[in-house]
Amino acid sequence: MSKYYLFQDTKKCIGCHTCEVACKANKNLPVGPKLCEIVTVGPVFVGNQPKAAYTFMPCFHCEDPWCVAACPTGAMQKRETDGIVFVDPLLCVGCKTCLSACPWGAPQWNPETGKAVKCDYCMDRLDQGKQPACVTVCTTHCLQFGPAETPPKIRRERYAKAMASLEETI
Amino acid sequence: MEKEVYSLCFMCSVRCPIKVTVENDQVKWIEGNPHVPGIEGSLCPKGAAGTALLYDHDRVQSPMIRTGARGSGQWRKASWEEALTMVGDKLRNIIDNHGGHSVALGERTQLATHVSKTFMKAIGSPNHFTHDALCKGSVNTAARSLFGYTDAQIGIDYKNTKHIVLYGRNIFEAIEVKGVNALTDAMENGAKVTCIDPRVTVTATKSSRYWMIRPGTDLALNYALIHVILRDRLYDAAFVDRWVTGLQELQDFVQPHTPQWAEGETGISAIEIENLAREVAKDSPSVIFHFGYRGASHTDEIYMRRSIFILNVLMGSIEAKGGLFFKKGPGEIGGKAARKLTEQTFPKIDLPRFDKVGTPDFPLPDPNHGVAQMLPYAILEEDPYPLKALINFRFEPIMSIPDSNLTKKALDKLDLIVTIDINYSDIAWYSDVILPESTYLERTDCIQQMNGLKPQMFLRRQSVTPRYDTRPGAMILKQIGEKLGIGEYFPYETMEELVAWQLEGTGFDMEDFQSKGFVAYGDKQILWDRKDGIPFKTPSGKIELESTLLKDAGYRSFPPYASVISPPDDQFRLVTGRCAVHTHVSTQNNPYLNEITPENTLWINAEKAGKMGINNGDWVKVSSSCGSGKIKAFVTPLIHPEMVFMLHGFGHESKGATRSFSKGLNDASLMENVSDMIGGSPAFHNTFVTVKPD
Repeated sequence: MSKYYLFQDTKKCIGCHTCEVACKANKNLPVGPKLCEIVTVGPVFVGNQPKAAYTFMPCFHCEDPWCVAACPTGAMQKRETDGIVFVDPLLCVGCKTCLSACPWGAPQWNPETGKAVKCDYCMDRLDQGKQPACVTVCTTHCLQFGPAETPPKIRRERYAKAMASLEETI
Repeated sequence: MEKEVYSLCFMCSVRCPIKVTVENDQVKWIEGNPHVPGIEGSLCPKGAAGTALLYDHDRVQSPMIRTGARGSGQWRKASWEEALTMVGDKLRNIIDNHGGHSVALGERTQLATHVSKTFMKAIGSPNHFTHDALCKGSVNTAARSLFGYTDAQIGIDYKNTKHIVLYGRNIFEAIEVKGVNALTDAMENGAKVTCIDPRVTVTATKSSRYWMIRPGTDLALNYALIHVILRDRLYDAAFVDRWVTGLQELQDFVQPHTPQWAEGETGISAIEIENLAREVAKDSPSVIFHFGYRGASHTDEIYMRRSIFILNVLMGSIEAKGGLFFKKGPGEIGGKAARKLTEQTFPKIDLPRFDKVGTPDFPLPDPNHGVAQMLPYAILEEDPYPLKALINFRFEPIMSIPDSNLTKKALDKLDLIVTIDINYSDIAWYSDVILPESTYLERTDCIQQMNGLKPQMFLRRQSVTPRYDTRPGAMILKQIGEKLGIGEYFPYETMEELVAWQLEGTGFDMEDFQSKGFVAYGDKQILWDRKDGIPFKTPSGKIELESTLLKDAGYRSFPPYASVISPPDDQFRLVTGRCAVHTHVSTQNNPYLNEITPENTLWINAEKAGKMGINNGDWVKVSSSCGSGKIKAFVTPLIHPEMVFMLHGFGHESKGATRSFSKGLNDASLMENVSDMIGGSPAFHNTFVTVKPD
């Protein structure tokens, strides 16, 4: 489990795929691998109103990652300082075991290098004090990134606003 | 060595401000300009795919001269000197034999438009035209008929709105980053979104009210809304009494257009229509009836767009917080705008334009843009005179003008087709000479004058040297001009010199753009006084519901409403639109964007498809009076049964664009070239098609 939390404000997300494209551009990836992806479910009518879910799927950076355990060469690793799960391309032999091991399909295949590639929260950018690529350019700023112990409060605030009665105090 | 360059994106025509990180002359990273409110790092998917365009091997890599038949794809590489000399010689010959007016130049409006207008004025041709009419000619004319200002001079205060009504304006898929963020902020603060669209879009899924209207009947809905607003006196009386003429005529006209009447036309219940009218009135004047981005669907388009503007007027949302406002230029606060080359003196031109805009035949469309879809007719009928040469500057007639077969037939008649483009677009592929342009990341461009509540200037600045043998469009036109002996109209040797010339007298220089990418003339928002200070540019100085502009041209302000006919049982109305990852016809070959949406499909209503034996994913043949083609069906309940839908911009015929070649179907190949002959837009949704299992 990394010490970070990548929050998607699904209410604000418009499913535009900017995150996917920026991720690929930043990592200079060819057509094929998507280290993060917006998966759209719907739209379907709920009563008269069409509704859809636009779900952001990066790597979860698990506490006990299946991919790390499965990797036979030690290429797939968990960074000690902050728990980011990443793959070292110099050690990866392209066996694809990590692709099979991950229950959520996070590790991807790079056909140009013949190696596994995955979301590492852009740790090179983090180390320079920047945010992950997807978060930086997200069209609606619906992606937010930070220490897991201080998650965005937007959902609580929205609920409080919806429930607030300013005329009477219970 | 890493450096940061503030510039302007150009993956679509919005031109969002960006910050480009460059290392050793390579673009490492692009993000939205963090200093610009509403951007703050944000891009859209197209903007994020900028580097994929920059490094794309499929770009036109050097000047190309055609060696086989037009469209055959047989080319040879040429030097700039050879290509420019050839274009210059051929143009000189055409101008000497047929006159400057036999040359037309079409472009998508952009920062160097003043350069191409200068080029045309200098050769004595009235035939500069832009893509604008194809997008929104009638919106422009509608706005002028009421306010004396064009739609481009009207801004939208999304951030402070309390209710926005969208007519097919797919705001969360046809993305303008700043507008999207301002609207999502407003929604966070409780703003309501009413989405009226015969197809469920992403915008529909984010709305608070969705109406699947019968296609083409938005005007009937609006007349009923106006009916209720006037009947129940729900309008902003203070504003309307002060600023509006023609209210009585409007009231008389909408009298029979009751919600019950509109229910039969639109399929939206009368009660719902009444409810919306009352709901928006409560939020007046912070209400927006969105007048549209593209407004080019039906032959009565101008009246539909006028009805939207009129609803804003009745809500008093003109020059109001959370409503519409007029964009302010630097002159408002004693500043000076950047110079344009068109300020020079040119030879007088007495002939009419090829599209006859400004003549009694076609009096009202904006002559600053012309009417592009008249081009095939003008060429084929040699009316008002023969056209011999066409220069396309970022303009794509084959896929943008309805009826691609007709357009190609017209192109075949021309002696010379020259295209300035970055990619092997279909028109580049069909040209005689391609002059490749540098991308927005490889060139400095002319000043962007950003009028608005706070007038500003932005600058597109070269981030890296060109990857291939390409040049900025403004330099290419100057160099053709030099071959033609009109070089004196282009007093610059580099783009930087042109920008410096533009900035003379403004009080700013290029250095001032260094730290943030833009300069501001003042720091306060300028809103005019709603009681006495709005300088409407109509003859009466008021908002003219009964329009002098229309009347003087011989048109009525409120012609009788003509019921929208439903297609016969085996036919559908063809409707087109956009998705978030593509721009018009220009990005389908971008590796990253193509990966997400490689082709279009035909949306067809599930119940209708079931009866026709069409299953999801089946190949179907779509035919109209002017073309046919094959496409995969997307069978869905999310679309009105009277229509089928396909994304615009697919079905490319250019083999130079290897990823998008022959993927999907070109909507323009099916659409008939008919127009709103008052407003100037083509009627893209006027065509009925048959759909058959393949």
